[in-house]
Amino acid sequence: MLSVEGLRSRYGRIEVLHGVDLEVGSGEIVTVVGANGAGKTTLLRCISGVQPTSGGAIIFRGEALKSIPAHRRVGLGLSHSPEGRLIFTNLTVEENLRLGAYLFADERVERDMADSFTMFPILKEKRNLPAGGLSGGQQQMLAIGRALMARPACLLLDEPSMGLAPILVAQILDVVKTLKSLGVTVLLVEQNAYAALQIADRGYVMETGRIVFSGAAGELIADPRIREAYLGI
Amino acid sequence: MAELLQYLLSGVTVGAVYALVALGFTLIYNASDVVNFAQGEFVMLGGMISFFAWQAGIPLPLAAILAIIATASVGVLLNKLAIEPARGAPVASLIIITIGASIFLRGGAQLVFDKQLHRFPSFSGDDPIRILGATILPQSLWVIAGAVAIFLSLWLFFAHTLTGKAVLATANNRIAASLVGINPNHMMTLSFAVSAAIGALAGVLVTPITLTSYDLGVAIALKGFAAAMLGGMGIPAGALAGGLLLGLIEAFTAGYVSSVYKDAVAFVVILAVLFAMPQGLFGRKAMDRV
Ligand SMILES: Nc1ncnc2c1ncn2[C@@H]1O[C@H](COP(=O)(O)OP(=O)(O)OP(=O)(O)O)[C@@H](O)[C@H]1O
Ligand SMILES: [Mg+2]
Repeated sequence: MLSVEGLRSRYGRIEVLHGVDLEVGSGEIVTVVGANGAGKTTLLRCISGVQPTSGGAIIFRGEALKSIPAHRRVGLGLSHSPEGRLIFTNLTVEENLRLGAYLFADERVERDMADSFTMFPILKEKRNLPAGGLSGGQQQMLAIGRALMARPACLLLDEPSMGLAPILVAQILDVVKTLKSLGVTVLLVEQNAYAALQIADRGYVMETGRIVFSGAAGELIADPRIREAYLGI
Repeated sequence: MAELLQYLLSGVTVGAVYALVALGFTLIYNASDVVNFAQGEFVMLGGMISFFAWQAGIPLPLAAILAIIATASVGVLLNKLAIEPARGAPVASLIIITIGASIFLRGGAQLVFDKQLHRFPSFSGDDPIRILGATILPQSLWVIAGAVAIFLSLWLFFAHTLTGKAVLATANNRIAASLVGINPNHMMTLSFAVSAAIGALAGVLVTPITLTSYDLGVAIALKGFAAAMLGGMGIPAGALAGGLLLGLIEAFTAGYVSSVYKDAVAFVVILAVLFAMPQGLFGRKAMDRV
């Protein structure tokens, strides 16, 4: 579904991705874990197109994304729930969700909105309130809901558990598993590596702009080097 | 009493024009954080193009529509040729670009048209309407109706259309907007087109009262800017209120103090707002804009 080959990216003169290779198969949950500043967010931003690349290729469903601007990648089935959530704080919860389906104007929009509300009942309660007033966890749910409104074939999720109470983390990861059962492919970036690997099919470990380990999630969890360095067990 | 009412009526008329110009500032500011100092030139182009089209034999309503469309195109070109390529430059540089554009448009108008004052007939004659001893020109009613109609249309657009929400979303967060499939450049182009069209409409409506010439843009931009600042830059309702308030202050200053000081009012307002309440009357806290 998605393959990243030798991807390089820089902020100004400083290169932060030094040739990243990564593969996401259709229907998989793949997670990228790694310490602060490893480049996970940058990787997702390159894939969704809001961060320029300086080398390598990104192929999505057979199409090279290089010359396709971010706003057109959404229509290809690639949706990104970004780090920092980036919800539209000046609009209501419902308007945020509606804009998630900006490319669509059919009956399914209503249905998808109802599904988002079923998934995150608190959003339904607050549907007419400005999104800027939501708590961090609620904003995170809104960001995920908004990304799902775009009907993604592949969802890029950046730290969906950030700033959430443990019970909500479990709830969000459950949502990710549900998505898989609905046929959505997920590329999940998480600092909470253990939790992420538990729901993932495969995982990549990233360190200062490079992939240093990869494998089936179960193997990574079992690997003593990874347990010690990344899982803290 | 009649005197007071008279000042009130003329204040509201001028204020409606300022409100339209301030709305133009607001739209572009929201879309791009840029204060577009070429806004006054849109007003000038609206009046001038209408006049020359009308003089060439085109019926006035058609000439006005033509002028509005042509000015909207100028707005789009301004964005495409000057603002969009400089995207990422500091906002101060972008503002200087708009000042350059305003000088360019003024010079262009002087070459293409001329340096004379021009007027075309009022839409509904020039017989003043009497209200409780005061009078108002029928054209003033057109100006006020124009401001109200534009304000309501903008409100409907932003509150009830997906495109309107997309413009607001882009203003709030460009990156997030592109992540949901909005083309931020389209939203910028749209904002410049609508803003220019509103400026041109103001020019068309006001020319029978105040006349038009190639160099009217600077003064009107200053007034519109003061109005927008007064109401809180970037807030449509603030633009409306700021425009009306500035018009009223001007009219009462001219009436009760001296018309000599009338044009100084806008300066005083700008300075007072900058010192005393940088967010304007309707301003939100600075945080909300980040
Ligand atoms: N806007 C920016 N400008 C300059 N450097 C940046 C910027 N954003 C990130 N970086 C740098 O790029 C590197 C990778 O950052 P990135 O945010 O991709 O890491 P991350 O793995 O997502 O980290 P975290 O776990 O903290 O979210 C870091 O060294 C960071 O300092
Ligand atoms: Mg990150």
